Amino acid sequence: MIAYIIRRLLYVLPIVFGVMLITFILFFVMQTRETMAKAQLGPRAKPAEVKNWLHERGYDKPVVINAAWADPAYHHTDQPWWDSIFINQMKNFATFELGESDFNREPIGEKIKSGMVPSLMITVPAMFVGLFLAVALALVQVLYRASALDTGMTVACAVLMSIVPMAYIISAQNLMAITLKWLPAFGFDLQGWGTIRFLMLPVSVMAVIYLGSDVRLYRSIFLEEIAQDYVRTAQAKGVSGRGVLFKHVLKNGAISLITLVVAHLPLLIMGSLLIENFFGIPGLGGLVVNAIQKQDFAIVRAAVFIGSLLYLFGLLLTDICYAVADPRIRLS
Amino acid sequence: MADQSIFSKFSEWFEQPFVQNTVVVMGVVGIAAVIWMGSKNEQWRIAFQRFRRDRIGIFAGVIIAIYLLIGALEIIRIPSKEGQSTSALGWIFRSVPQERSYSAPFGKIQLGQDGEYAAALASGDPVKIKAAERYRVVGTHLLGTNALGNDTLVETLRACKTALLLGGVTSVIYIVLGTLLGLAAGYFRRWVDDVITYVYSTLASIPQILLLVSMLLVLGKGILPMAIALGITMWVDLCRLIRGETMRQAERTYVTAARALGQSTWNILIRHLLPNVMHLVLIKFVLGFSGIVLAEAILSYLGVGSPIGTPSWGVMIDGARNEFSREPLVWWNLTAATTALFGLVLSLNLLGDALRRAFDPKRS
Repeated sequence: MIAYIIRRLLYVLPIVFGVMLITFILFFVMQTRETMAKAQLGPRAKPAEVKNWLHERGYDKPVVINAAWADPAYHHTDQPWWDSIFINQMKNFATFELGESDFNREPIGEKIKSGMVPSLMITVPAMFVGLFLAVALALVQVLYRASALDTGMTVACAVLMSIVPMAYIISAQNLMAITLKWLPAFGFDLQGWGTIRFLMLPVSVMAVIYLGSDVRLYRSIFLEEIAQDYVRTAQAKGVSGRGVLFKHVLKNGAISLITLVVAHLPLLIMGSLLIENFFGIPGLGGLVVNAIQKQDFAIVRAAVFIGSLLYLFGLLLTDICYAVADPRIRLS
Repeated sequence: MADQSIFSKFSEWFEQPFVQNTVVVMGVVGIAAVIWMGSKNEQWRIAFQRFRRDRIGIFAGVIIAIYLLIGALEIIRIPSKEGQSTSALGWIFRSVPQERSYSAPFGKIQLGQDGEYAAALASGDPVKIKAAERYRVVGTHLLGTNALGNDTLVETLRACKTALLLGGVTSVIYIVLGTLLGLAAGYFRRWVDDVITYVYSTLASIPQILLLVSMLLVLGKGILPMAIALGITMWVDLCRLIRGETMRQAERTYVTAARALGQSTWNILIRHLLPNVMHLVLIKFVLGFSGIVLAEAILSYLGVGSPIGTPSWGVMIDGARNEFSREPLVWWNLTAATTALFGLVLSLNLLGDALRRAFDPKRS
């Protein structure tokens, strides 16, 4: 088992390197660092200011290699050849040194640590509520498959998927908070019952946003199970339609369901950009939206890196789940 | 922002009437070409016969055709006076005046002061009526006007252009990339497959919205940067799909036969394998289009999508974010934009599903 996990980890490493390379090329090769400085200092910043800004953040080093022939404008004769932005970025990512925000030089690591809890408080309940609802609706569809109800629900899912997320959020805020005044429209508070009042609206909106596509996905998973031989055997033995569905199909389908959920779990830390922005939740999604508005490239860079690591970690967890469930996988 | 000058030069070139009209012609030719090539393929003909009996699919297709027509009318430029040009849609609605600010739905378009024309009519004096002619009510702003006083209905219709252009350009980028690389990976296997799989696994491991946002932060706002960014994120799914199907098809006897007959690799890929995976591309294209339209709205809301001033549903929704806290409530801009967007996205989703049912009736 350990050998299997190590093998999977080795497979993931080149991908992590690839992600670091893509972010580096995007932010340091596709754009000049002067544009990065001027995004913060304003378009009319003096060259000296720009130079100082770049120096403060360590962006005044050569791009790839510190040598006169590679990057004469930024060559530092007193530094070794490997003192470049590329090597430093790689080193920082590898040691989880996320650096400071471009905007006000706050440490990004701290920001991410403090944003994780509010994000998780939205995404985790939303995922479980959404999962429960979607599985229940998908089971209803499968039970009455190929009927008018099934078709109607399929169309309803398409309708839910076609509404732009902002419309869900604005209409929910308007109805529940402004017209009915049942729940606060905006804000976050970490004190006992007050927290739950703030959480109810964003959590339920987030659950509904993904409902359409989730029901569709789970329906197709269950339908694939229904086509299996063991279902026909059970039916031949006289098990009722509902009995087959709940005893056999749900249990076997649960394996695919759990792996899907496990693969998605680590990414919940990243939160949701739109929900957190609209409801004023101080999570990672809101942090990224603010960074976009302030053109804070350092925070976006860190978010891309952390997000990819979490995604890959989810994949690793899924692989391990499969290997635990099926010994053939870890031996091949 | 690095190459913003390139993009702005491109959009300047792109805004020329000649180019815009060419785009419409190319779109029509493209749709005709797909139908013509489909009619020669046995699998497509059978699927089309099944599709014709699918009422939801036909309905969705008709709605999309209406959106296409409106979008095309906004793209088509017709010369007006003094070397200037207006869009065909703008020409149709040329009599709709601009108000000073918001007006509610069904707001009367009135030239001049209240009641002047009615008073003249009441007096019964033909001279007075003639003089007050230009003060009469000429129509209504069916959906009201926005903050700048532009008619919301016209703005909503004009926004079809951005959705269609963005969807078209993005689709061309990601379909060419995804199909060719998917075919190559599935057919050649070995190191070609390893390299392509590595590239798309790496791209897929970056959460899509973060990848889009970081690319757009660097590339800048606009339709072309958005199309490039969306194209780079969207080819991954298609490539995966085509790669798997190509691997399955390459085992079949027709490929072995073609190889035994000494057909060139290029011929096998393009003339034999490609037609047999094209239906997957078509389904992905229709469903992907709906994703692009939604993504445009979200990216514009986040402030990295269409620049302010573009006729786009995303920009309209973004502009409406403060209108809900106004008193009295300004709801029509948001409602019009989301409804128009919803109609297009829903029709695309339903059409995509209908196509999938038509091509693969067993699996749905």
